[in-house]
Amino acid sequence: MARQQGHSPAAGTPTLRKTFARLGPFVKPILPRLFCGFLCALAAGLVALAIPQVLATLVNDVLHPEGKSSAVWYAVALIGGLGFLEALLVFLRRQFVITPAARLETQLRVRFYAHLQQLPVAFHERWGSGQLLSRSMSDLSLLRRWLAFGALMLVVSTVTVIAGLSLMFSASWVLGAIYLAGAIPITIKAFHFRSNYRAASRLSQDQAGDLATAVEESVHGIRVIKAFGRGRHMYDGFNSQAKQLRDTEVSKAKTLAGFILFVVAIPETTLGLGLAAGLWLTAQGDLSVGALVAYFATAMVLAGPVENMGMLMGMTLTTKTALDRHFEVMDTQNTITSPVSPVTPTQRRGELELRNVAFRFPDTAQDATPTLRCINLLVRPGETMALVGMTGTGKSTLLQLVPRLYDATGGQVLIDGIDVRDRDLIELRQDVAVAFEDTILFSSSIRENVLLGAPEYEKEKLDALLDEAIDTAQASFARTLPESLDTVIGEEGLSLSGGQRQRIALARAIAAKPRVLVLDDPLSALDVRTEEAVTQKLRSTLAGTTTLIVAHRPSTVALADRVALLKDGEINDVGTHSELLGRNEHYRYVIASLEDEESNIISLTGGTEA
Amino acid sequence: MSQHTGVANEDAITLSLEERKRVRARSWKLLAVLASTQKKMLVLTVVLVVISNVARVAFPLLIAWAIDWGLPQVRNGNWAALGITGGAYVLAAITAGSLLGWYILCTAKISQAMLLDLRLRVFRHTQRLSLEFHENYTSGRIISRQTSDLETLRELLDQGISELVSAGVFVAFTLISIFVLDWRSGLVVMIAAVPIWLLFGWYQKRSEVVYRESRVVSARVIGSFVETMTGIRAVKAFRKESINDASYSKVAGEYRDNSIRSINLFGVLQPSLVLIGNLSVAAVLAWGGFRILDGQLGVGVLVALLLATKRVFQPVENIAMFYQSLQSATAALEKVSGLLEEEPTVIEPVKPQPLESVLGKLEFKDAVFGYGDGPVIMDRFDLTIPAGQTIAVVGQTGAGKSTLAKLIARFYDLRSGSLSLDGVRIEHIANNDLRRHVVMVTQEAFLFSGTVAENIALGKPGASIEEIILAARAVGAHEFITALPEGYETDVNKRGGRVSSGQRQLISFARAFLADPAVLILDEATSSLDIPSERAVQRGLQTLLGNRTALIIAHRLSTVQIADRVLVVHDGHIVEDGTPAELISSEGRFAALHKAWRDSLV
Repeated sequence: MARQQGHSPAAGTPTLRKTFARLGPFVKPILPRLFCGFLCALAAGLVALAIPQVLATLVNDVLHPEGKSSAVWYAVALIGGLGFLEALLVFLRRQFVITPAARLETQLRVRFYAHLQQLPVAFHERWGSGQLLSRSMSDLSLLRRWLAFGALMLVVSTVTVIAGLSLMFSASWVLGAIYLAGAIPITIKAFHFRSNYRAASRLSQDQAGDLATAVEESVHGIRVIKAFGRGRHMYDGFNSQAKQLRDTEVSKAKTLAGFILFVVAIPETTLGLGLAAGLWLTAQGDLSVGALVAYFATAMVLAGPVENMGMLMGMTLTTKTALDRHFEVMDTQNTITSPVSPVTPTQRRGELELRNVAFRFPDTAQDATPTLRCINLLVRPGETMALVGMTGTGKSTLLQLVPRLYDATGGQVLIDGIDVRDRDLIELRQDVAVAFEDTILFSSSIRENVLLGAPEYEKEKLDALLDEAIDTAQASFARTLPESLDTVIGEEGLSLSGGQRQRIALARAIAAKPRVLVLDDPLSALDVRTEEAVTQKLRSTLAGTTTLIVAHRPSTVALADRVALLKDGEINDVGTHSELLGRNEHYRYVIASLEDEESNIISLTGGTEA
Repeated sequence: MSQHTGVANEDAITLSLEERKRVRARSWKLLAVLASTQKKMLVLTVVLVVISNVARVAFPLLIAWAIDWGLPQVRNGNWAALGITGGAYVLAAITAGSLLGWYILCTAKISQAMLLDLRLRVFRHTQRLSLEFHENYTSGRIISRQTSDLETLRELLDQGISELVSAGVFVAFTLISIFVLDWRSGLVVMIAAVPIWLLFGWYQKRSEVVYRESRVVSARVIGSFVETMTGIRAVKAFRKESINDASYSKVAGEYRDNSIRSINLFGVLQPSLVLIGNLSVAAVLAWGGFRILDGQLGVGVLVALLLATKRVFQPVENIAMFYQSLQSATAALEKVSGLLEEEPTVIEPVKPQPLESVLGKLEFKDAVFGYGDGPVIMDRFDLTIPAGQTIAVVGQTGAGKSTLAKLIARFYDLRSGSLSLDGVRIEHIANNDLRRHVVMVTQEAFLFSGTVAENIALGKPGASIEEIILAARAVGAHEFITALPEGYETDVNKRGGRVSSGQRQLISFARAFLADPAVLILDEATSSLDIPSERAVQRGLQTLLGNRTALIIAHRLSTVQIADRVLVVHDGHIVEDGTPAELISSEGRFAALHKAWRDSLV
């Protein structure tokens, strides 16, 4: 059932150079270390090449049956020294490169996370968290490996190949030219390979991300899956997604294998031609046997780096698409930000006004009816206003405009006469607290969860605040938990029932001590008794706090001074509960089921109730 | 200390000897099981790797042959020799290249097949595990097992086999050639095995701990990432961003330090191997050099010996690389195999009793329930629900109403006593049968990504669109669904972000309607609905319930009116049981609740 989410198909993918150029600012500070690492790698390669040469000369020129034993010691010391040098260079190469590469990876990862936290809720609704996770973990670890190993070795291999080619040309320009001719088909092939492999690696990364999202959903929705016994169905869906990923990976490997085949077979084939040509030249006397041997010795040495270049090109392309995925998210503009010069209200009374507010979800069609059309509503300081309307009329959406979880697409939301978009975002959210209907608690103690948004008081005052919030929300069950208020809850802790979670979330909103409190049907999972107790407490606690509360029941409406009725994206009527009951038919329809139920109950109870 | 099984000790870095042995064995076994389905491909790959290496060894021989035999031939005017030598070389080139390409593909196929196998195993297993497990094991951990741990295994599988085989072949051939040239020098080279062995031992010991830690830390990084992203609304509303940034950069930093540690361990191993190789060359040089002075050894032989010695150590680095990914993958497999070792507490019967047509009679006898080893939640009770009865369960939050529902849905098993459906003990019913006949709609109406129609169809896979629409109509969801941008084909996005919670409940109601079970459990399933919608649902329910057995848990007593019977649960006991009218006229808890509710309606 899960499908590709969020990520748009790579429209106008940036070029290889452009993508890597974006790394510039991050790589710049570690460039000297990377360069040192490169030098060490090159030097280690040279020493490795030199050792056999030195051995040959030592054995041929220095050691002979009539020689002195000191000559032997000299040779051993020389070889031992070179050997030690090689090991040291290999060691240094890693030392230079590893730490900065790992730091860079982590730096980008933390930056990515911070950026995601800033991106608006609308963004997160489009993107599965598994997809984001794969970009934060696998994609960036690819980058680290490429930086610490791939890029370095690609340069070293290229340098080695160029050096080898010039050696070949110096031995015989004809033979050199024959070997170099092999580069033509390889380049053509590389061109195809590049586009195919890039597309395949991008696809596999996206599919892996979607697969992670599917895992996440299968865990978060486990209760529904179990309740309906749809494990098999989910498994089938996951199975086909996982198989798609496998197929992509295999076809990606096929592309790579085809290219490596070419990269190995072509140079060796040109060597076969070179061999024939070399023999002919030698037979003609245009080439010495020594030069012919030198030519092939060089070719043998080059075989490794040439093959590596093929592999490393693949690695570079994979890293490129991983980086594209990374920057795709990083380039997403944050549409909800603090203004350059935020306005701080001179007096904080907590007056909330919605003026001609309209809202349309960002990805809905232009001609579709907006969720909210023209909302005009004034909540006086200290007033509690209930928001009533049918399921899906946009009550929750309206609430989310106040702390700017979404921005209104038309009109203004004003607190104390200041547009919320002119306020500093942190300050605004200090002034506005929310209790959501689907409660989100974090893996920490009850105390930390409740005091999450609380002002920075000293400890005693915080404790008092905590007690007050817990008592108001009727969450004192928390005190009977194993470690009382220090019990860890949330995903990594104790699991609570729906009603319990809702009360903790309510306590959290209360403890934030906001000017404006926004409550989204905060009592829906409570039983009548508890609801009654919460309602009574809330009334006194909320005195002086401007409150906008979504209500579905008369019992919740009872909390409010006035009621606003939402219908078809507009405020249909505002007044007290009894006023609306008296004059508004739609209100009666939405909230007052009394007559209807009364008759039912009477018939049910045989009319014993008066 | 007793042995930990499953995921119990997952975060431990240092293990007792005994435990380490068990955990390692478990990982190897899993790897062996995964590999066992790929035997043929594995053999093919090994053969390809060997032949490909032989073909490559042939290149220098071909050149030597071309110069020794071909050149004189050409000089004598035999031009055909040019074609023969050149052609032979080209043939070898194409063979080597093709074989290489082929085994790269084979390796990928094996690796992907094993990963797919493991991925599906883990998925199936986590789905099979009981709710009790999921309540303690976070989603972040499962995601981390399925992503980062599997990624680690992939690194081993992608390169491991071919690297190990080609390195092994190469070392073996070269070593043999050394012994053939001069067995005494061969022995000198063999001495190098001692420090190499010690070095690997050192590396194994140190890296095992570091890699195990790496798995734990990476799960932590993933866990905190997932928690933030799934709870982003609350993060923003309560300004948790900066706290999160700080704690995330701390775990990300730990992960980085761990990576650096593991790479640095390898950074000691690899140059040390290079050093040992080079010193061995020096040792062979010393040993051979003095024998040259004595005239016991030819110069040419020594050159050959020295070059072979230098070469024999080249692939040792590849072996080290293989060993590194093996260590890392084993650490990951420790975690994955631990998860797979977990047993569901609610066990599917081996020989299920078949259920023909289900009427829906439920019977608890001497039932006692408590979570795990925890305190007793529901103490010894008997309850018979005749087929077709609609029962309302009321009581305070946390009184045990949901527990009753979860027992009937078999999310948990009773500690003692029995629960039967139509006289068959619920533990003896096949899971598929049970789920077809008993369906529960929960408080949290979770929507999966996909369309509205797909979400409803979850109640009955393969349902036609007509059936789906019929179900939606029955619960009063049709109107809002058709008002959505693309009607039934509207994508609900992540977590149903775009539909309101009330609408989500309507969708999950339609799901239950479509499922058409004999026993329906509604656990607070209408809490977010407005009154008209709730009324519509109730009308739908009356037709839906018909002759079904239903257990309705509701805080709103409005739902109770359609019930034949009410159970009042308090402190894990059923304290009142009767028709609504009976209970209202008595002086009990229900009468009081009912009065409070009626007052709340005004």
